[in-house]
Amino acid sequence: MKKNNIKLMQGNEACVEGAIAAGMRFYGGYPITPSTEIAEGSAQKLPRVGGKFIQMEDEIGGIAATIGAALTGVKAMTATSGPGFSLKQENIGYAAMAEIPCVIVNVQRHGPSTGLPTSPSQGDVMQAKWGTHGDHPVIALSPSSVKETFDLTIRCFNLAEKYRTPVILLLDEIVGHMREGIAIPDTSELEIIDRKKPSQDDKDYLAYKVEEGEYVAPMAGFGDGFRYHVTGLVHDESGFPTNSNAVADKLCTRLMKKIEDNIDDIVTYEELYMEDAEVVVLSYGGTARSAKSAVKKAREKGLKVGMFRPITIWPFPEKQIKEIADKVKGIIVAELNYGQLVLEVERVVKGSSDIFHIGKVDGDIITPDEILSKIEEVI
Amino acid sequence: MDKLPHIWCPGCGHGILMRAIAKAIENLGLDKDKVCIVSGIGCSSRAPGYMDFNTLHTTHGRALAFATGVKLARPELEVIVITGDGDAAAIGGNHLIHAARRNINITTIVFNNNIYGMTGGQYSPTTPTGDLGTTAPYGNIDRPFDIPKLAASAGATYVARGTAYHANQLVKLVEKGIQNKGFSLIEGVSVCPTYYGRKNKKGTAVDIMKWQRDHAVDIKVAEKLSSEQLEGKFLIGEFKNTTEPEYTEEYQKIIDRFIKER
Ligand SMILES: Cc1ncc(C[n+]2csc(CCOP(=O)(O)OP(=O)(O)O)c2C)c(N)n1
Ligand code: SF4
Repeated sequence: MKKNNIKLMQGNEACVEGAIAAGMRFYGGYPITPSTEIAEGSAQKLPRVGGKFIQMEDEIGGIAATIGAALTGVKAMTATSGPGFSLKQENIGYAAMAEIPCVIVNVQRHGPSTGLPTSPSQGDVMQAKWGTHGDHPVIALSPSSVKETFDLTIRCFNLAEKYRTPVILLLDEIVGHMREGIAIPDTSELEIIDRKKPSQDDKDYLAYKVEEGEYVAPMAGFGDGFRYHVTGLVHDESGFPTNSNAVADKLCTRLMKKIEDNIDDIVTYEELYMEDAEVVVLSYGGTARSAKSAVKKAREKGLKVGMFRPITIWPFPEKQIKEIADKVKGIIVAELNYGQLVLEVERVVKGSSDIFHIGKVDGDIITPDEILSKIEEVI
Repeated sequence: MDKLPHIWCPGCGHGILMRAIAKAIENLGLDKDKVCIVSGIGCSSRAPGYMDFNTLHTTHGRALAFATGVKLARPELEVIVITGDGDAAAIGGNHLIHAARRNINITTIVFNNNIYGMTGGQYSPTTPTGDLGTTAPYGNIDRPFDIPKLAASAGATYVARGTAYHANQLVKLVEKGIQNKGFSLIEGVSVCPTYYGRKNKKGTAVDIMKWQRDHAVDIKVAEKLSSEQLEGKFLIGEFKNTTEPEYTEEYQKIIDRFIKER
């Protein structure tokens, strides 16, 4: 890697760089603080690489155009923040049901409603999982640094292509607007996954026929010479709607299983000082930066504190957290909301460790000192 | 054929309108692999499922937004949208005016049955004032949209109206809509005997078709008629046919500026 490749940029800009590097060639969206730089960067860069950008009339149109484009075979993305994320929910469910790969970025801001538009929050963690109606799987990743935003944006595209599913990048205003120097790797150094396509002479191609031992079918682009039907209704292997309970069960179960059975491939996390930790701070996204600095300070004071940072928020890293809970006496969850991911921690830990929560809803960040005093209180 | 029986009621006009679109595509000799039909949600929007093209049945009101993504990402596809009056002009009204404003090369056919068919007969944005719907039990006090006028003033470059009764004319209108390089909107006046017809005592499907025959006046004929003679009638035919810069071509010009750089 060349040294002079280091650039100072915002998380939002790194997201655009990562998306283009992953092969994004379509962006459909609607501006909203604090995600707007992603739209602006995409508008500027996409035509230069032969891609397309469109500012739609609203966020619903933004994700709809994104899904439409993805169906023609291109990699497509949309980005938004709180209010826009709410508007996109119906079509996120559509992409999950029709199995259209696409990336949805949500740069979380304070809420509810328009809240504090320029202030950070991690209040959309549960919305990311449960925001659309019906039961469906979700993949959501949350970066803590500008470089990681670049890397995870690529990973979102890779997971979307591999599992034929919408993938959410849960940024927050802290990371989205923070500036750091990052080295943009050469594209040849990156792992890029493209969706599996049917072979051109596959005369019996069915868009939703999944082979034994596989989880998704190869996906032909509209215009590639395979004509098929796409719907959000329950559909058979050809894509045609049906009211059959048996088909509905098989389809919806497969949609869940394709994520659940591949959880080890999807889940990533970071651990720090875990070997002898008696108390663990669990934090993610922008807040994990404060957590890391608090844990380091605690270690300097000789306190046996570790840190666990889920990078994959959904599916939730259950196995890892269960193991930790069996070893430590307390887990402190620090997140910028009134208590969301902590509920998942409580669910999987089932009382085998004490759980504490540090949350905030005033629009300010959680400081390292606030986390440090909690550590000192519980250890 | 394994897709039959279709979901429409006996006497529904939507099948006739769907056939007109299929016929227009056939007459123009379009490559089936390069035709993409997009719809929203409603009885009308179920049509693409029965058609042998790249077909996309989306969410309620959003067909044009999905279609915009398809068309911009792959302009060589002939993108046709099938939508209902509720789908196009209520929940999807914003997408409709903006697609028209952009003059993106998409042909939209609105199956207008003046009611929400799929959900059981509620009033729609084209239900005439005074008519009955399940949610207008005392008569509709809303004023209806004239969808072709709406599309024309929003910037659509080809605008027309046909009916299920005047099916052969409709084929021609759809053909011209597809040939127009820009946003085309054709309203196809449909027949919903099950809800609109029954609620408003319009008789059988045949009676409603006869009503269309007796009340539709071609715009060319209408020019020669007095306002008294046009009382209670509605216009069909070609309302607008102009040329304006097309959206995907304009975008391509931006890309072309950078091709030398690459
Ligand atoms: C977001 C959303 N809101 C409401 C509905 C329920 N719904 C389904 S079809 C429909 C109306 C369809 O009417 P129209 O577009 O006129 O088509 P028609 O059935 O009359 O052909 C409604 C309200 C839905 N599917 N999704
Ligand atoms: S309810 Fe009306 S529009 Fe729907 S299929 Fe029946 S006749 Fe057609």
